[in-house]
Amino acid sequence: MEVDIRITKDILSKSEIFHKQPERLVTPGDVITTDTGFMRGHGTYMEDDKLHASVAGIVERVNKLICVQPLKTRYNGEVGDVVVGRITEVGQRRWKVDTNSRLDSALLLSSVNLPGGELRRKTTEDELMMRQYLSEGDLISAEVQAVYHDGTLSLHTRSLKYGKLMQGTLVRVSSSLIKRRKTHFHNLPCGAGVILGNNGYIWISSTVNEEMDNTGGFVQDLNPVSLADREVIARLRTCIQGLAGERMMLYDTSILYAYEASLLHTVKDLLKPEVMAEVVSFTSQQLESAL
Amino acid sequence: MADILLSEAEKTFIVHGVQDDLRVDGRSCTDYRHFRLETDVVSSANGSARVRLGKTDVLVGVKADITVPAWKTPDQGGLQFFVDCSANAAPEFEGRGGEDMARDISSTLARAYSSAKCQKMLKSLCLIPRVHCWVLYIDILILECGGNLYDAASVAVKAALYNTKIPVVTASSTDGDKPELELSDDPYDCRRLDVLSIPCVVTISKIGYGHVVDASMEEEACCLATLITAVTADGNLTAVKKSKGGSLHPESIYEMLETCQQVGMKVHAVLMEKLREEEEHQQMAMGSQHKAKGFL
Repeated sequence: MEVDIRITKDILSKSEIFHKQPERLVTPGDVITTDTGFMRGHGTYMEDDKLHASVAGIVERVNKLICVQPLKTRYNGEVGDVVVGRITEVGQRRWKVDTNSRLDSALLLSSVNLPGGELRRKTTEDELMMRQYLSEGDLISAEVQAVYHDGTLSLHTRSLKYGKLMQGTLVRVSSSLIKRRKTHFHNLPCGAGVILGNNGYIWISSTVNEEMDNTGGFVQDLNPVSLADREVIARLRTCIQGLAGERMMLYDTSILYAYEASLLHTVKDLLKPEVMAEVVSFTSQQLESAL
Repeated sequence: MADILLSEAEKTFIVHGVQDDLRVDGRSCTDYRHFRLETDVVSSANGSARVRLGKTDVLVGVKADITVPAWKTPDQGGLQFFVDCSANAAPEFEGRGGEDMARDISSTLARAYSSAKCQKMLKSLCLIPRVHCWVLYIDILILECGGNLYDAASVAVKAALYNTKIPVVTASSTDGDKPELELSDDPYDCRRLDVLSIPCVVTISKIGYGHVVDASMEEEACCLATLITAVTADGNLTAVKKSKGGSLHPESIYEMLETCQQVGMKVHAVLMEKLREEEEHQQMAMGSQHKAKGFL
């Protein structure tokens, strides 16, 4: 039975995490350059022969392309990204999925695998059975297939590793904190599986057994998760939220370092802000030294 | 409260976790989330407090006014609760959507404070029986809704009442029938309220076969029935209210009420200790530049 109340003087006044200073931080309207030889990318606009930033963020330059990566934004999809989304609507031959973007994404009936892995054209019976497969509230992992002209994403789950997600917990962070890597499905050595969706939705569950569980979410496993696994999941959840709170990039290495640093404390203690701050600063030091 | 969507598997995960006494974020079933408390944030009110519990943010202001005592209680002052669920807190509070929740919270608090336990404090608010008494207008503003509004609001109300400074009033010579009231000239000449006997609300939710204190938004979406109880510092219950559509077995009700009493006593003990600590700290910092962190 723990009741923890903090008053102002108990709160740490300033974060002690060392962040590398970004080279160019701009705000909307700032002039990036007056040189006209550059191509303008996302987050910029041209006015009076000068290149201005339209969002608040960090300037990135790749050869002749200048773009501004915003610090806080809704998820803008790219083709090939792995996302974790929640079904909000079941429509005619499509599901509407909430992926933390400006518009709900669309998951077409033709882009999902049928139970048993059959490859055939979907009929009207399949249309009527849509709700039995995915209904409102279900979580799925999917890949972005295409981006429509208005920004809506079209998703697909045409691989056995994608599909409905089973028992676990969802953590929401800003999409700019997820580092783009080769794979977003990780089976961490501590005993949990993590899906780092590019849209900022992170799914933590117990270890996914590669051969058995890649069934695309057709087999519902509602057996209770063991206590040890549960503790790992709770610990990971708190670590990820702590890292996100300090705006540190999230990828498998940083999450693992944070997990290892958190093993010194009990799961309950991790919820205290000063303990979490200690874990995050230790993680950032380890990441700096690893570079 | 906002209805968030959860999949069946997520709900199963939460329910099994409650049975194993290890919730999704690692807390046990009787643990509260981390509270952040600050008093004296609104300078124009007689007393104020701001409480942050997880994602829930509540601001309370107390203003005192002199009025005629009610017929039924001529020797007691009054308490009036006003709750405002601002549209910032949750999308469904937009327009008049928050009125139902606001009415529920204010009526529960009014009932909790109307018990015999709080009469001592109310009697101290009386100036002249049947003629003048203090009435405290307690305004509760819900800034952000992250689950468990009742508990956060009641802790904030208790903290604000602890912080309330009521001006000292003397009755001068009677001019005809009505005695005239005179406020003291010194703006710092005030008296404080005795808040030891006022209750705190503990909300307990039944999830699966177990029950949890301080449910988060996801846990609230899985719970069948909730008991909202008002507990005093010595473990007495002043109000009990059941909400949500599920049914409760009498034995479960008994267990849940016992848990509420124990948790409530702990909340009171920790809260009073922290309020005293904060007051000492504020008094020590009175000379130096005291920067309040509640609002800019």
